[in-house]
Amino acid sequence: MEIVLALGIGVLAGSGVWLILRPRTFQVIIGLSLLSYAVNLFIIAMGRLRAGAAPVLAARTAGDPAHFVDPLPQALVLTAIVISFATTALFLVVLLASRGLTGTDHVDGREPES
Amino acid sequence: MRLADHLMIAPVVLPLLAGALMLALGGERRRNLNAALNVASTFALIAISIALLRAADAAPSGVAGVYRLGDWPAPVAIVLVVDRLATLMLLLTSLLAAAAVVFSLARWHRVGVLFHPLFQFLLMGVNGAFLTGDLFNLFVFFEVLLAASYGLALHGSGSGRVTAGLHYIVVNLAASLLFLIGVSLIYGVAGTLNMADLAMRIPAIRVEDRALLEAGAGILAIAFLVKAGMWPLCFWLPGTYAAAPPPVASIFAILTKVGAYIVLRLWLLLFGDEAGASAHFGGEWLLVGGMVTVAFGAIGCLASQDMAKLAAYSVLVSSGTVLAAIGMGEAGVTAATLFYLVSSTLGLAAFFLLIELAERGREPGADVLAVSRELYGEEHELNDLNVGIAIPATMGILGLAFIGCSLVISGLPPLSGFIAKFALLAAALNPQGGAVSVSGWILLVLLILSGLAAIIALTRAGIRTFWAAPDRMVPHVRVIEIVPVAALLVLCATQTIQAGPVMRFMQATAQSLHVPHDYLRGVLGSAGERPDHRERRT
Repeated sequence: MEIVLALGIGVLAGSGVWLILRPRTFQVIIGLSLLSYAVNLFIIAMGRLRAGAAPVLAARTAGDPAHFVDPLPQALVLTAIVISFATTALFLVVLLASRGLTGTDHVDGREPES
Repeated sequence: MRLADHLMIAPVVLPLLAGALMLALGGERRRNLNAALNVASTFALIAISIALLRAADAAPSGVAGVYRLGDWPAPVAIVLVVDRLATLMLLLTSLLAAAAVVFSLARWHRVGVLFHPLFQFLLMGVNGAFLTGDLFNLFVFFEVLLAASYGLALHGSGSGRVTAGLHYIVVNLAASLLFLIGVSLIYGVAGTLNMADLAMRIPAIRVEDRALLEAGAGILAIAFLVKAGMWPLCFWLPGTYAAAPPPVASIFAILTKVGAYIVLRLWLLLFGDEAGASAHFGGEWLLVGGMVTVAFGAIGCLASQDMAKLAAYSVLVSSGTVLAAIGMGEAGVTAATLFYLVSSTLGLAAFFLLIELAERGREPGADVLAVSRELYGEEHELNDLNVGIAIPATMGILGLAFIGCSLVISGLPPLSGFIAKFALLAAALNPQGGAVSVSGWILLVLLILSGLAAIIALTRAGIRTFWAAPDRMVPHVRVIEIVPVAALLVLCATQTIQAGPVMRFMQATAQSLHVPHDYLRGVLGSAGERPDHRERRT
């Protein structure tokens, strides 16, 4: 399970970084989304991987941390998802505005002279 | 908790409520009401900050109080910590905000939508970032201030702003992701996100986990240093700041200082003298990075053809100086750094406001290249929105204000910039250990050279704008536009006259940053006592 998650994070982050470095705004926004998925998975991984355990106390198991997973990273991830969703939406608006104002989807607002 | 204790959370709640109320009352359709609310909230924030600052300074520990959200004890839940440094930054923010909002009332709040609510949300994020004692909460407030700043940077639209804003947003979104990676690495190793609790746990981290912890801290630092504009993470900054509307650029002067503030707070708290094997981790990076930033900013100042770019590069010089001085890791230098930080931020904020006033009278495009001025030909009628009474002797007053800003930014006597740089160099050249370090000498040379570069660049820009412009028209400047600039400069002058008490406050602040026992005890209670508590010579 660790290797699958590690590979997943690695592939997502790698693709995200490559896309962020591309010159088209749409590639950049997809790259940012992929990167934020990688980061979200990474946060979960930092709370230690554990399958089949709940992040909340179940009846009669209270007090024994062996019975549940760390709830904090899950709370962090929920927050991070909401925030990255909002900022991506905002970026999408700016992207469209830039396309409308400059007539190109290049990140510099003009086509490179070649 | 007494009612007065809730004043501690007011700097976060008040702007939030004010911003929400503006939207609820009809948003853009009732702009005058929004403007009134914005002004009222911002001036109330000044009063609150002063009250908190006095409380923090009066408290023997330097911590006015710790606000426990939900009344859970510190390591479990989020706390807000009101100490000297936080209240100092709060006051600085609210002063800049007041100047910017009054300035914007003349014309700038009309060039786009929702200026006032965004402005309040920005203040909420900045204030929260200064107050919070929790790493993840810091991330949340960072995102609040960034989201509002995206909106404000694009205020007024136009392709220049949108292109600059696009770069700004991408860079900061990427930095936010690095922030999250850093935070989660630190959580994975130390198991806590409370800053004080982290400081207690770091000395006990096992050797094999230390590399991971330091990697986390380093990645986290990159996120802050992008914000603070350290070279080579600063290339987004000049374009964005120069393109932002003037009142927004003026309040953005505090945003780089948010990055510097967090470096100051976290680095000294987590990697201070007592952090065991990790003590002073990354200090040399701050020092070298800060110095290179100063050099880069100074060269940028000399190379800028227009005043907005010049001001943006001056922001880099200022934040580079602060970072390098923090990296020296001496309490005396830190005190002088705080003095410099306040003075340079006030000066830069005034300068951003002034630029727009001074450039208003110039024909568009004149500042692109002085030599090609003739090519642009006909004077365009500026889109004159201002119908108020123009102040008399406009050019004289603007010129005087320009001289004031130049003195503060370049660090010449008699204004506060000089005292700040003098204190900085005096502290760097008289270290506790005795011999002056090589870095002290390099800092001396760099500070003097950057001051020289600033004065050359500013003089050139001043001559071009105020003396040599051949066919300029006298700009219409309204009283409420020049008053904020004057007020910020008066604050610099006050800082000069009251240099003694201000410096004493800064020294007390630096002391409690370098020996954070009071902070730890304030947040964690008796658990915040170090096992090997000893009063070190400082």
